[in-house]
Amino acid sequence: MSQASPIEKAGGGVATYVDQRVGSNKFLARSLGKVFPDHWSFMLGEIALYSFIVVLITGTFLTFFYKPSMIEVVYDGSYVPLKGILMSEAYASSLDISFDIRGGLLIRQMHHWAALIFIAAMAVHMFRVFFTGAFRKPREFNWLIGVVLVTLGLVAGFSGYSLPDDLLSGTGLQITRGIAQAIPVIGTWATFLLFDGQFPGSDFISRLYSVHILLIPGLILALVTVHLMLVWTQKHTQFPGPGRTNENVVGYPLMPVYMAKAGGFFFIVFGIIALIGGLVTINPIWIFGPFMPDQVSAGSQPDWYMGFLDGALRIMPNWETNLFDWWTISWNVLIPAVIVPGILFTGLALYPFIEAWVTGDKKEHHLLDRPRNNPTRTGFGVMAITFYGLLWIGGGNDVIATSFDLTINSITWFLRIAIFVIPPLMFVLTRRICLGLQRRDRDKLLHGYESGRILRLPHGEFIEVHEPISIKEKAVIMSKTDIAPLPAPERRDAAGVRNKRFHLQNVQHKLSGFFYAENIAKPSAAEIEAAEHHVAHEAALEAPLHDYEDADQINPFHGGVLHHPGMPETNAEQLAERSQH
Amino acid sequence: MSDLTPHDSHGDAPERLGYSPVADVPHALRMTDTDPKAARRAERQVAGMFMLSMLLTIAFVVAYVTIDKTSTMYVPVFGDVGASTFVLGLTLGAAIFLIGAGAIQWAKKLMPDVEVVQNRHELASPASAEQEALANYDRGKSESGFAKYKLIRRTLIGALALFPIPLLITLRDLWTAPAGSPSPADLLSVTLWHDGLRIVTDPSLMPIKPEDLPIGGLVSGIPEDLEEVQELEGNMNARTKAAIILVRMDPSDIRAQQGDGWDYQGIVAYSKICTHVGCPIALYEQRTHHLLCPCHQSTFDLADAGNVVFGPAARRMPQLPIGVDEEGFLIARSDFAEPVGPSFWERG
Repeated sequence: MSQASPIEKAGGGVATYVDQRVGSNKFLARSLGKVFPDHWSFMLGEIALYSFIVVLITGTFLTFFYKPSMIEVVYDGSYVPLKGILMSEAYASSLDISFDIRGGLLIRQMHHWAALIFIAAMAVHMFRVFFTGAFRKPREFNWLIGVVLVTLGLVAGFSGYSLPDDLLSGTGLQITRGIAQAIPVIGTWATFLLFDGQFPGSDFISRLYSVHILLIPGLILALVTVHLMLVWTQKHTQFPGPGRTNENVVGYPLMPVYMAKAGGFFFIVFGIIALIGGLVTINPIWIFGPFMPDQVSAGSQPDWYMGFLDGALRIMPNWETNLFDWWTISWNVLIPAVIVPGILFTGLALYPFIEAWVTGDKKEHHLLDRPRNNPTRTGFGVMAITFYGLLWIGGGNDVIATSFDLTINSITWFLRIAIFVIPPLMFVLTRRICLGLQRRDRDKLLHGYESGRILRLPHGEFIEVHEPISIKEKAVIMSKTDIAPLPAPERRDAAGVRNKRFHLQNVQHKLSGFFYAENIAKPSAAEIEAAEHHVAHEAALEAPLHDYEDADQINPFHGGVLHHPGMPETNAEQLAERSQH
Repeated sequence: MSDLTPHDSHGDAPERLGYSPVADVPHALRMTDTDPKAARRAERQVAGMFMLSMLLTIAFVVAYVTIDKTSTMYVPVFGDVGASTFVLGLTLGAAIFLIGAGAIQWAKKLMPDVEVVQNRHELASPASAEQEALANYDRGKSESGFAKYKLIRRTLIGALALFPIPLLITLRDLWTAPAGSPSPADLLSVTLWHDGLRIVTDPSLMPIKPEDLPIGGLVSGIPEDLEEVQELEGNMNARTKAAIILVRMDPSDIRAQQGDGWDYQGIVAYSKICTHVGCPIALYEQRTHHLLCPCHQSTFDLADAGNVVFGPAARRMPQLPIGVDEEGFLIARSDFAEPVGPSFWERG
């Protein structure tokens, strides 16, 4: 064992001091050796966490210079084209950060990029969790927290890019006002309370500022903490593999491997954000100019994560209802901006509970599902992503129209129909692909993989040699659990008592059939044994040739056909040999 | 890292503190496990990255002090860039990145790469804990008399239900109505325009003579007194409602208007604020007389009373009746007949 250095001795002293006051050694004893499973997709959540930390660090810097005020000032900074122009203090101070504070633009762009990456990483992390079924018992709470975090992330991002009070962000706020005003009954009043009267008013920026730097980040920080504590106590899920079961965790210990890898990864993410922030312009507010409520630039595009809402607003038909000529319900705004996202996020939040109910599954799951092994879930996921993607395309319909020389009307009409047609198509397609992959897995287990080697048998028949798959692959395929659909409920039990829950159970039965009836069953032990026998038989056929199995004796001219030495090499030689017989 | 020679037990899954090895997984040794030279090379790589990181941090400080914030420089691929931001981002980013890259290289090359196993434990508490919790709850329930004192229980629930009300009610004054306490709907329904108010161009504030506006021409207009009002109110609320566009077309092209003779010699005035969600509209196609909103592409036909021809907007663009004063400048003849901008509940 190595000698403790003076620093280590001091550290040990601190650990003892702290332990005597909070009992921390018990935690250290358990945690330093805690095992974390390894997989590239587990880094997605880490990217989200680390980019959030970068957002906090850079955001704190920005608060020292930014002035959340709509008081009009005359700009007198370094950016010449806007000199002498009347603008809000918020916009002027954002320009100062960009041009007159050294490193200010770097930090501002890092903040923006980190926020974009934060939301993107959360979204992709969520896909990973969804498609692998990591949300199943016992992790439903963490799924819910995650859905709330994504929602808060959107609000944080939107409130942030509205603060500079440039023409683009102001247009975004104007749209927000229009949406809030469309809410039935309370909308008009809610808008007046939000904006301190009519739009744009003179208080909104400062109100938004406290939401952006205190309320939302506070909530995100609290929820992220709980999210991580749950990951810690529940232990991370793992992908199937040899030796990996539902009862263990296979991976690397926190100290030292995970500390180095995860800690190092924080610096990688931080470093990359700093590089992008320094090298790639984002949100060049100086080009847009100060906000004016009656000005707009063509091709206005929000940050990427707001694109789907903008797209929904664009492709919605212009429905509006007047009740008795007194009241107005703006379906054209309400449906795309409130109802559709509401359904999307509620569905997301409830999905784990719906699936658990449909399948009647009450077991703990720590081994991840392969997406193919739950085709209906995977299909739903792809369907939702397609739906979102189509709305997102709608958000860029003007850009698409000008880039591809199409009319906006035709793109809009295409999307109005596609939004109902393509997602279900993708659902069916995904499900079929998953089932196909399941068949392929079964096939691989039973027959091994195609080795590409053609064997000519003594009686002239050609066969392709199949090789058994690797231990790892076998373990992965065998990790699948066959789930039987729930049985049809009885109307009356054996004693003739009417089943009161018949209808509900029947729905459950039908849905679980929809989920699992078509699944391909894993081969039985007997089938596997028979298959192994078959592979052994092929191997026996090939055995006499094994002496020649070196690569240089496999002739590429014959499509990899195994050769005896002395066999004719070329067609000419073959012909010559035949003519001799 | 005093000992860089490979661990003896490395190849066949070591028995380490608290772990057990994974069954039947073949494990390949790394170069750094078998060749001390390779291990030393890895050590140099890791230390080299940390070293470079230090140098780049120093470079950042030097760049911060020496590069003028307004200077630009040419960088291949990137073109002309702000020198300060570019160099600061490059040095800071690379310095931080290299710390991470070094740490990961260290973990990958020199730390054990054999996976180990830990057992999971059931998350649910043992039954005894449930019993104990339940017993404690029951004791508390009976000691407090929560079940017995019905009146206390109900009044407590009532008090707790009511106490957030003040917290919510204080939000009421997020907006206080101006004198005369008009409702939000009233305020949204009026603009600065009234009979005889001159229309001036935005932003040059020039009054407009009809003959200055050629057929097919478009000009943004605001009320003559807008600047004063904005000064007085300290915000741009009035502008948000009063902004208009003026378009001149051949009078024979005008198929319909919102009121008889609301144009002046083929000049029509419409609100500039979209009736969908309130974006300013400025894309006018002269040939079709269509006005297109750049935000969500609602399209209005100004030759046909501002009616919607495409897109998500449900309502036509409100028209402003115009005329000329005795000096021959364009004026409004009244306010809009209907509220401008996006719909709202009380609009009807």
